[in-house]
Amino acid sequence: MRVTENLLSLINPAKAESCSFMSPKTPHNEPSDTPTSPTRRQVLTASTVALGGAGACTLAVPFIESLRGPEASLQQAGESEQAAFLDVDLSDLKPGDYKQVVWKRWPVFILHRTPEMMKLLTDPVLRARLSDPDSKICQQPKDAVNDYRSINPAYAILIGICTHLGCVPKFSDSRIPFLKGGLFCPCHGSEYDNAGRVLTAMPAPYNLPVPPARFVNPTTLRLGESAGDPHFTMNDIRQL
Amino acid sequence: MPPDSFEKKNMQRLSAFRKIHEHFVNFPMPAVNWLWCLGACLITALGLMGLSGLFLAINYQPDIQHAFSSVMTLERRVPAGWLIRSLHMGGATMLFAALYLHIGRGLWYGSYKAPREFVWLSGLLLMALFMVTAFAGYILPWGQMSFWGATVATHAIGSIPLIGKSLLSLLLGGPELGDVALRRFFVLHFALGFIAVALVALHILCLHGVGSTNPTAESRKPDLTTRPFHPFYTIKDAIAVCVFLMVYTGLIFFLPQLIEKQANLLPANPFKTPPAISPEWYLAPFFAMLRAVPSQLGGLIIALSSIIVLFALPWLDRSPRHNARFRPLVSSGWILFFASFLTLTIAGLEPPSAFWILLSRVALVAWFSIFLILLPYASWRDCQQEVKK
Repeated sequence: MRVTENLLSLINPAKAESCSFMSPKTPHNEPSDTPTSPTRRQVLTASTVALGGAGACTLAVPFIESLRGPEASLQQAGESEQAAFLDVDLSDLKPGDYKQVVWKRWPVFILHRTPEMMKLLTDPVLRARLSDPDSKICQQPKDAVNDYRSINPAYAILIGICTHLGCVPKFSDSRIPFLKGGLFCPCHGSEYDNAGRVLTAMPAPYNLPVPPARFVNPTTLRLGESAGDPHFTMNDIRQL
Repeated sequence: MPPDSFEKKNMQRLSAFRKIHEHFVNFPMPAVNWLWCLGACLITALGLMGLSGLFLAINYQPDIQHAFSSVMTLERRVPAGWLIRSLHMGGATMLFAALYLHIGRGLWYGSYKAPREFVWLSGLLLMALFMVTAFAGYILPWGQMSFWGATVATHAIGSIPLIGKSLLSLLLGGPELGDVALRRFFVLHFALGFIAVALVALHILCLHGVGSTNPTAESRKPDLTTRPFHPFYTIKDAIAVCVFLMVYTGLIFFLPQLIEKQANLLPANPFKTPPAISPEWYLAPFFAMLRAVPSQLGGLIIALSSIIVLFALPWLDRSPRHNARFRPLVSSGWILFFASFLTLTIAGLEPPSAFWILLSRVALVAWFSIFLILLPYASWRDCQQEVKK
């Protein structure tokens, strides 16, 4: 053992030091209190660990990248489904009724308003309780920036996804006495008027999104195409 | 070693890691050579298999309608999916290559002998586990080779007398390879990966209970110094792992045709067997044995016995001498064994012909006579010499 140690010390003093660590005869007096410059071994260890860490990080890149899933290349190509239209027949929708259709991957509510519902929307008492009464935040195409948030005051066309955390609200009368025929989100209790405008002091921060739409004839609504704001896309909406 | 070296590093708080420190920092290693680095390569390969396997599993659908297309979606549309799958497919080859070399090292240096019987047995159990895992994993893409490989293997199980048919229906959950069977193979493959990790831990614990074999112990100038695992063998293992990873990446980036058979790029068709069926190379020796024996049941028994005989090895060779280098008869035996293993591997990959069947039979006879005749005889002779001394 002595011989090997001496031989080793000729080749590499640090190695011999480590060997003496194995022999109980030699006292182990490492100056632990005095600061010393790093030994060659410490430098080597640190650089090996750093290089190995860099390798591990590099290996992680494709794995993390893969988590974007099989649709990643489609998302990159942009809105390839831009041309997805849906024509909805509204001839059977009586005033006060609503229907729910699925356009792209979203639930769309279409409400045929009664004259009282339309009148309510311009009521100053209601407007005072709304978070964004004039639809200033981009949650709708430009042709829907009006008191009814619609291209036609007789119809409310809304994407039924609460802007709080994504639940689907339902039509119901509000707890607020004057607000009849609004939307209520069952998850966290956000309330909207019948134009999808959120009330103040609600968990939801924004009005419900309005999809681009136009009437191809008086009873047929085409979702996905806006006459007044042709360049509008769903990506323009602040929160969906 | 000084008892306080662990505390010295201010790690009293982390006393839970004391065992790790004992096993991977202070562990005393004899003067082992480069072949002892294969264990680290195997752990690396297993780790990469686990990582890539998890990412494959989140993209895989275990039913016969969607399995093949989900794998193709992963290959073509998931970002870097091709890389993850190549890592897993190439990983099987690298893992088995390192595994067989590791076992060959154990044979040559007598690492299976007392007091390391449990190291040897747990290692063989791991080998068997990896074979089953690899077989189950190969079925999952549900390509032509997957389907027909599985068909052949399940029929082999079904041919076992008395219990074969009922065993098969328990395994497949129905009369044939279908949705239920595919889902079972997926769960089996996934679960066995984790069981393998646990067995590796057991294997290392068994090894650390007795320490590594010293290959120089029986030479004229034995090197009896021990060195701490860190930094001596961590560095050596790290270099070996780097070389291993270079071969691994070379394989998956430059030789993809070696790790995936073209027939498996076609979805499974239960009405058309591909023109040439050959197993993955790591199962080829046992496939060649099935071919070499002119009996359905006999072939199965021979193939199974060829592995069982390895389990009996510590009791077939009871000589106190380990290193085959200093046992001329045994070393020629092992060289013959390695040659017959290679012969059987090649024979299993070649299309069946009279020449290869003859060679496989010769190799089979060599395989069994080494274990059942040569080793017990050499061991008896060694014991006689010890008694004389």
